[in-house]
Amino acid sequence: MRIPISWLREFAEVPAGAMAEDVMAELVKVGFEEEDVHRPTDTLKGPIVVGQVLSLVKEPQTNGKTINWCQVRVVPEGQEQKLTGKGIDPSGVQGIICGAHNFVEGDKVVVTLPGAVLPGDFHISARKTYGHLSAGMIASVRELGIGEDHDGILVLSRIGLDPEVGTDAMELLNLYDEAAEINVTPDRGYAFSIRGVAREYAHATGTVFTDPASKVLAPAALSGGYGVKINDDAPIYGKPGCDRFVARTVRGVDAARPTPQWMVSRLRLAGIRSISLPVDISNYVMLELGQPLHFYDQDKLSGDIVVRRALAGEKLTTLDGKERPLDPEDLVITDATGPIGVAGVMGGAATEVGDTTSNILVEAAHFEEVSIARSRRRHKLPSEASKRFERGVDWQVAGIAAQRAVDLLVELAGGTADEAGTDVGTAPDSVTIELPAAFAAARIGIDFTEEQIATSLEDLGAAVVKNDGGWTVTAPSWRNDLETKEDLSEEIARLVGYDKIPATLPVAPPGRGLTRVQQQRRRLVQALADAGLTEVLSYPFVSKAANDTFGVAEQGVARTAVKLANPISEEQGYLRTSILPGLIEVVKRNHSRGFRDLGLFESGLVFLPAEKMGTDSIPPLGAKPADEVLDALYDGVPAQPFHLAAVLTGHDSPAAAAHAPRTWDWADALDIARFAGDVLGVELVVRQGSHQAFHPGRTAQLSLRSGEVVGYAGELHPKLLAASDMPARSVALEINADALFDAAPDVIVARHISTFPVATQDVALVVPADVPADDVLAALREGAGELLEDVALFDVYAGKGIEDGKKSLAFGLRFRAPDRTLTADEASAARESAVAVAGERFGAVQR
Amino acid sequence: MTETLPGAAIPNPTDEAAVTAAVDQAIAAIAGAATLDELKAVRLAHTGEKSPLSLANREIGKLPKDQKAVAGKLMGASRGRVNKALADRTAELEAENDARILLEETVDVTAAPRRRRAGARHPLSTLQDRVADIFVGMGWEIAEGPEVESEWFNFDALNFKPDHPAREMQDTFFVEPPEAHLLMRTHTSPVQVRSMLERELPIYVLCPGKVFRTDELDATHTPVFHQFEGLAIDKKLSMADLRGTLEHFARQMFGDEAQIRLRPNYFPFTEPSAELDIFHPSAKGGPRWIEWGGCGMVNPNVLRAAGIDPDVYSGFAFGMGIERTLMFRNEVGDMRDMIEGDVRFSEHFGMEI
Repeated sequence: MRIPISWLREFAEVPAGAMAEDVMAELVKVGFEEEDVHRPTDTLKGPIVVGQVLSLVKEPQTNGKTINWCQVRVVPEGQEQKLTGKGIDPSGVQGIICGAHNFVEGDKVVVTLPGAVLPGDFHISARKTYGHLSAGMIASVRELGIGEDHDGILVLSRIGLDPEVGTDAMELLNLYDEAAEINVTPDRGYAFSIRGVAREYAHATGTVFTDPASKVLAPAALSGGYGVKINDDAPIYGKPGCDRFVARTVRGVDAARPTPQWMVSRLRLAGIRSISLPVDISNYVMLELGQPLHFYDQDKLSGDIVVRRALAGEKLTTLDGKERPLDPEDLVITDATGPIGVAGVMGGAATEVGDTTSNILVEAAHFEEVSIARSRRRHKLPSEASKRFERGVDWQVAGIAAQRAVDLLVELAGGTADEAGTDVGTAPDSVTIELPAAFAAARIGIDFTEEQIATSLEDLGAAVVKNDGGWTVTAPSWRNDLETKEDLSEEIARLVGYDKIPATLPVAPPGRGLTRVQQQRRRLVQALADAGLTEVLSYPFVSKAANDTFGVAEQGVARTAVKLANPISEEQGYLRTSILPGLIEVVKRNHSRGFRDLGLFESGLVFLPAEKMGTDSIPPLGAKPADEVLDALYDGVPAQPFHLAAVLTGHDSPAAAAHAPRTWDWADALDIARFAGDVLGVELVVRQGSHQAFHPGRTAQLSLRSGEVVGYAGELHPKLLAASDMPARSVALEINADALFDAAPDVIVARHISTFPVATQDVALVVPADVPADDVLAALREGAGELLEDVALFDVYAGKGIEDGKKSLAFGLRFRAPDRTLTADEASAARESAVAVAGERFGAVQR
Repeated sequence: MTETLPGAAIPNPTDEAAVTAAVDQAIAAIAGAATLDELKAVRLAHTGEKSPLSLANREIGKLPKDQKAVAGKLMGASRGRVNKALADRTAELEAENDARILLEETVDVTAAPRRRRAGARHPLSTLQDRVADIFVGMGWEIAEGPEVESEWFNFDALNFKPDHPAREMQDTFFVEPPEAHLLMRTHTSPVQVRSMLERELPIYVLCPGKVFRTDELDATHTPVFHQFEGLAIDKKLSMADLRGTLEHFARQMFGDEAQIRLRPNYFPFTEPSAELDIFHPSAKGGPRWIEWGGCGMVNPNVLRAAGIDPDVYSGFAFGMGIERTLMFRNEVGDMRDMIEGDVRFSEHFGMEI
């Protein structure tokens, strides 16, 4: 909301000389944040004066244009030029070249004299052009920054002005006024008016507020006016869409008269363009009192006005010239011909007030918030009117606003008001709230006095009655946000001042610290960073193709994904089922910035569709839903496991003197995945894997001992890397970390540490080439029995001396007994039994 | 070098002068040896089996009985002197040799390669941990929830009326199909509702996490960002308790001098509501108040939605942006730096913020 300071001053005691910043500093105390300052003189500087064109000589140019060489008087005839400066002619007559042709000799115009500055940091000076010394400029409204019109220069008579030559044009056009822009929170509809803000200014400063409504003399009752019926047969939430409709008639207006400059200027500072006198008046009254108005050309109406819901199939051409199909939920204003406006949102073109309109019917109605909000959304028609109605307008002010509009139409447009008028509808029940005596003090923590409480609420405009246990408070008609004792406690605190609230530190009951999963998550992320990888974050929005490629489920097929209804980009319209697509984008970005050796990781949620997505309806607010309703809400939320992913590309470290960096390879991806398992105390079982995003021969499937598949690691598919401009041989891994957290051991039972000597035995086994080494190792471990302390693969060999299609695996076995020194025979026997199992299982033979 | 001293006379073991001459000759040779190799040759020449002193020693056996003792004593002392000189010189030369080898092994320590490098945490995640630790230290617990959430938890349970402008101002991402009432949470407040439904009273929880709004990415906006929200539900909590908690937190975060300020504001889920400002004494462009977050007393409708009796319990809640906190605390000038994943951004912070 933009508040012209001169306007605010009419109703609040704003100190002389106070600037927009000073006003904002007061308003922020009562909850209106500073947004901006609108000050014409920030970009516009004088001397800018009224001039009269004495002579105008048309001079055709070789380029086909005709320019005007004008003599313009800028001081009253017979007076001397008091201004001095380069380019200011002491005679009081300036020679000026002007390219516009919409004026004649004798016209009064706005002259920007040498030394003036116009918006865009445009400095005016005397300069040679078209063979003359042009000392100044005859300005258009656009050049002055006060309008869009650039068809010609501003001729003052056409906006109804005939000032004395030499008058300060900035004063004449009210350009010394300025506006403060504040943010109005969505609960305070009343503050979308000068009336509401002036009241708040008075609260903030403790000064006197003059209600603009009190300055309007509206008749106590109206009758005999234009026929209006309210007939809402489908109220939303049981609330009638319209509960008051005031209609007033003003006849014989001159709609083509120019709007006075004080009104144009205030509207402009408030952010509203001047359109025509009637439209300007309706906007002006809306800004002043907060009541949106609509003016009809009464001669274009046929029959009574009926406010009702639209009928299926009805259409309306709105003021913007668009034909809109209406929805049966739309509240519409109709006459005998059908809809003539969407109530509170936008009027119809057919009954619009134009330059030739003579008789105006003024509508000041009260519409229900939700109905207006829905129509506005449905028709995508945000307007100044709908903004106010959606937030709530004072029911009481409709008649006053209508009267104010009538007064202005009479005063400024030369109309005559009908005595008769229309005022139909039913006042809503006023809201009364019981405020227990100690409640506000307990909620706020300030020991308010009774006087503080009563005065604060009365200042708001509430009626306050003391009773046994506290107060009965009747909220003012413009404060639809005040419904509960909590609301009142905020108002009291706000008016007394939030800075008066003391500080006490409540003590929480003994906590349990981070949960186990929270600790595991931290340990995992920290360990990867400690191991030399860099943590990054990416967005969870991905394409369908990316999910199909990376979002592989346990069965190795693409998962279905959660789709957004309103994504930022349609291309990235899905939620990730894998972290890798986002991470790959980050790798590419770094790569394009010259970083070729990267080890990046990210952890976060991925999104897997629920069996039944969401719920068909949701329970109302303010009450705990039944258990089965809550269960349905919980169950409808998609599963969102916490994943860990990494992508490695280039080398593991930068090249340096005496240091040869190693190229990351598939084994690094696998190693990091296993390292992640180690950190959590979970052993990952590695199998040759298959995943469409990975190299078919260099992919490890990772699973838990239980058999649950928890991820993949290896080299990314060469075709995928090429297609996505990624460095060749990039490797990656992704693990469902939640599954690892679950599998982490609860209690680890200590093992006896034997101090007897170790007996080591090596064994080389020849097995078919496709037998995984890890399986042979597991067989050895199983067969070796309890004496085996450790077994490790230390060599893989195929080639000379080994049959084709076979390979030799060399293992080192470490034996130790808990209670004695092993003999060589005992160790050998254990080795033989290990080899026997491997032989049985894989046909392994000792070399 | 030879193992004998050619032409050297074998001294008579009873001739003290001759023996001493041989000893002196040996000692001179020992002192003259410049390397361990030379010393070895000297040792063989003067103490080897065929050296004059050894041969002289052998002569003792041939002497008459009465001369043996004198000769033995002389030869013993003489060979002792030579052996000591040898041992001393050996130690000397070995020490020199060791020192030379160590000197030769000198490296340029400034040219050492880095073999073990720590990576880096993203500062937003580091900051999130730090905030959580402060509250855990106060006995609060950390609560989490899903990022795709039911509309009821994100709005209705938080007292957003179905058609109220406040609901629309949240710029929500909805999930297909819209009739299923699922969305990406616009704040971490749904976790508060879940906490109230799932936990025993009293409740003191902090809910950090990612939130989503349909803003295009620019220097000050991002569609995905992080928040932390606090919620306390207990008997007799007031706005003074809220202020005290925020003040304590601000001091833990920014030092004992930190100051906060509350300004009236509006949120559907709190009443009264306040905007929280923090005084930033070292802000770029001079000390000033900076908007940090929102807070207030939990609206009774929110308590009712979780089945908590607002006449018995009251509570307060607050929420701040982690990006915003990092921006003013660590002078991050552009939101995009936090989002794009440029390794320079994370690596500059390392494990710290």
